[in-house]
Amino acid sequence: MTISQMLTTRATAAVDVTRAARSSKLSAVALLIAVAVLTALPFLVFSTVTDTLVNLFVLVALASMWNLLAGFGGLVSVGQQAYIGIGAYSVIALADLGVQPYLAVPLAALTCAVFALPTSWPAFRLRGDYFAVGTWVIAEVYRLLVVRVDSLGGGSGKGLTGLSGIDQVLRGALTYWVALALALATIAGCYLLLRGRLGLSLMAVRDEETAASSAGIDVRRAKQVVYLVSAVGCGAAGGVITVSSLSVNPDAIFSVQWSAYMIFIVVIGGIGSIEGPLIGAVVFFGLQQLLSDYGSWYLVLLGAIGIAAALRLPRGLWGLVRDRTGLSLFPVGYFVQKRDSDVVS
Amino acid sequence: MGWLNAVVQGLLLGGLYALFATGLSLMFGVMRIVNLAHGDLAVVASFLALALVSGTGLPLWVVLVVTVPLFAVLGYLTQRALLQRSLSAGPLATLLVTFGLSIVLQNVLLEIFSADTRTLDGGSFATGSFELNGTISVGYLSLTTFLLACLALTGIQLFLSRTGLGRMLRASSDDRETANLVGADSRHVYGIATAIAFATVALAGLMFAIRSSFDPAIGPSRLIFAFEAVVIGGLGSLWGTLLGGVVLGVTQSVGAQIDPALTLLAGHLVFLAVLAFRPQGLLAGRTT
Repeated sequence: MTISQMLTTRATAAVDVTRAARSSKLSAVALLIAVAVLTALPFLVFSTVTDTLVNLFVLVALASMWNLLAGFGGLVSVGQQAYIGIGAYSVIALADLGVQPYLAVPLAALTCAVFALPTSWPAFRLRGDYFAVGTWVIAEVYRLLVVRVDSLGGGSGKGLTGLSGIDQVLRGALTYWVALALALATIAGCYLLLRGRLGLSLMAVRDEETAASSAGIDVRRAKQVVYLVSAVGCGAAGGVITVSSLSVNPDAIFSVQWSAYMIFIVVIGGIGSIEGPLIGAVVFFGLQQLLSDYGSWYLVLLGAIGIAAALRLPRGLWGLVRDRTGLSLFPVGYFVQKRDSDVVS
Repeated sequence: MGWLNAVVQGLLLGGLYALFATGLSLMFGVMRIVNLAHGDLAVVASFLALALVSGTGLPLWVVLVVTVPLFAVLGYLTQRALLQRSLSAGPLATLLVTFGLSIVLQNVLLEIFSADTRTLDGGSFATGSFELNGTISVGYLSLTTFLLACLALTGIQLFLSRTGLGRMLRASSDDRETANLVGADSRHVYGIATAIAFATVALAGLMFAIRSSFDPAIGPSRLIFAFEAVVIGGLGSLWGTLLGGVVLGVTQSVGAQIDPALTLLAGHLVFLAVLAFRPQGLLAGRTT
C-alpha cells in the first residue's frame, strides 16, 4: 500500500461526505408544497395577482440565468438582453408564420442557442470587465440589425398575432403557467447542471482558470455550455415577456435595463448560489410593487441599495441566511462530516 | 467629394471620442476599474453646465473653467469614498458599484431636469465654420475639440512620463504592493488618476453638449463609444486611444455617408472586427 493510498483510506474512514444536509430534505418537502400551491393559483385568486406574478417568474428566470453565467461560470455579461430580445422577436416571427405562440416560446429558446453559438466566438476573446461591455456592444448590434428588418416592425415594434382567439381568462392562466414552468425549469436546470461533473469543473474554472485547465478541464467548452444555457433561458424569458405583453418594442426589449435588474437581483440575493437569485427576485419584486408610485426615485433607491449590497454584503442576503442557519435548499457543494460528530466544513 | 468631407468630419469627431475615452482608459489602466458610470458622468457635466449657464448667465468659457476642476475634485472624493472600498471587495464589486452609480445618476438627472432633450447653446462659435478648398468645411467647434483632445492627451502623457506623481501612478498600475513598499500611497495615487479621468470626462461632456443634443438617458450609449475607442486603440496606450477614437469617428461618419441608419452599426461592426482579428488593439502596449 502506497502512502497516498494509506492516507486516503484513513481520511475516508474518519469522515462522511454527503451532499444533502438534514435541512435539505425538509426544505424539499416545503418547496414541493409551494410549487403545488403556485400551480393551482389561477383557480384560487383573481387574474390581477397571477398577471403580476408572471413578472416575478420572468425575473427569477433571468436572474438564475445571469447567476449561472456570472456566479458559476465567471462570465460577467451586461449583454444578456441580446437573447431576451432575440427570444421575444422569435416568438413574434414564429407566430406570424402560424405557430401557436405558447409553442413558439420553447422554439424561440432554441433560436437563441443558434444565435449564441457563433456569438460566443468573438465574445470569448474578451476577458473580465471587457467581456462585460463587449457583450453589451453585441446586444446593441442585434438591436440595430432587428430594427432594420421591416417585417419585424422596424423601430416601432410589433404586436403578437395568434392569441386573439383565446378567451382572456384562459389566456392569462396559460401565460401564468408558462411563466411558472420557465422559472421552475431554469432553477431545476441550474441545479441539475451544477450537481454534475460540469458544475464541479465550472466552479474550478471560476475560482482559478489556469489551475483548472492544467487539471484537465476543458475551460472553453465549460464556458460555452454555460453561455448557451444562459442564452436559451433568457430567450425563453423574452418569449414569455412577449406572450404576456402581446407586443414587442425594440428599445425596451433590448434595453440594458434588463442587465441592471439581473445584476441587482443576483447581488442582493447572493451570487454563486441557486437560492440567491430566488430571494433577490422576491425582494426586488417587493420593492418594485411598494415603490412603483415614486417614479424614478425608486430606481435611484435601487441603485443605492445595489451599491450598498456590493460593498457591505458581498455574499448577499442568502449568504447571511446561510451563515446563520446552515440552511441549503439546493445543495450543489458537499458536506464533510466527522463520524458521529458535527459538520466540519 | 462628399467622401473626403465625411472622413475629415469623422477625424475631428474622433478627437472628441478620444478625449471622452481617455478617462475610461486611465481608470482601467491604473486601477482595473471599468467605470460603467463614465457616460453618465459626461451627461452630468452637460446638465451642470446647462444649469450654470441658464441660472447665472455666465459665459460658456467661465462655466467650462469652473466645471472641469470641480469634476476633478469630485473624482478624487468618489475614488476615496466609494471606489477604494469596492476595490477591496473584489472585481465584481467595482463593476456593480459603478453600474449602481450609473443608475442613480441617470434617474436623479431625470427627476431634476425631466426627460426632455436639451442643447447647450454655444453661439456663433458652435455653428461657424471655414471652407477648405471649396468642398470641405471645418467647424470651429470640431477643430477646437480635436485640438483640445490632443492637448489633453499630450498633457496626461507628459504628466505620466515626466513627473514624480506620474511615475508613482505608473508604478502603482504595474504592481500596487511593490509601489506601496517604496513609498507610494496607492489610495492617493488612485484618487489622482480618478480626478484626471473625471476632469477629462467633464470636458468631453461639455463638448458633446455644445455639439449635439442630450437627455438624462443618453449616458450608456456614449459609454459604448468610449469603450470602443479604448479597445480599438489598444488597452493602456493613450495614443492608441486617440487612434481608436479617430477610427471610430471616421467609421461612423463614412457609415452615415452611405446610409444615416448605418452610423452606429458601422462603428459597432468595426469594433467587433478588431476584437475578432486583433484583440490586443491597433497600438497595443507601445507607449505608457
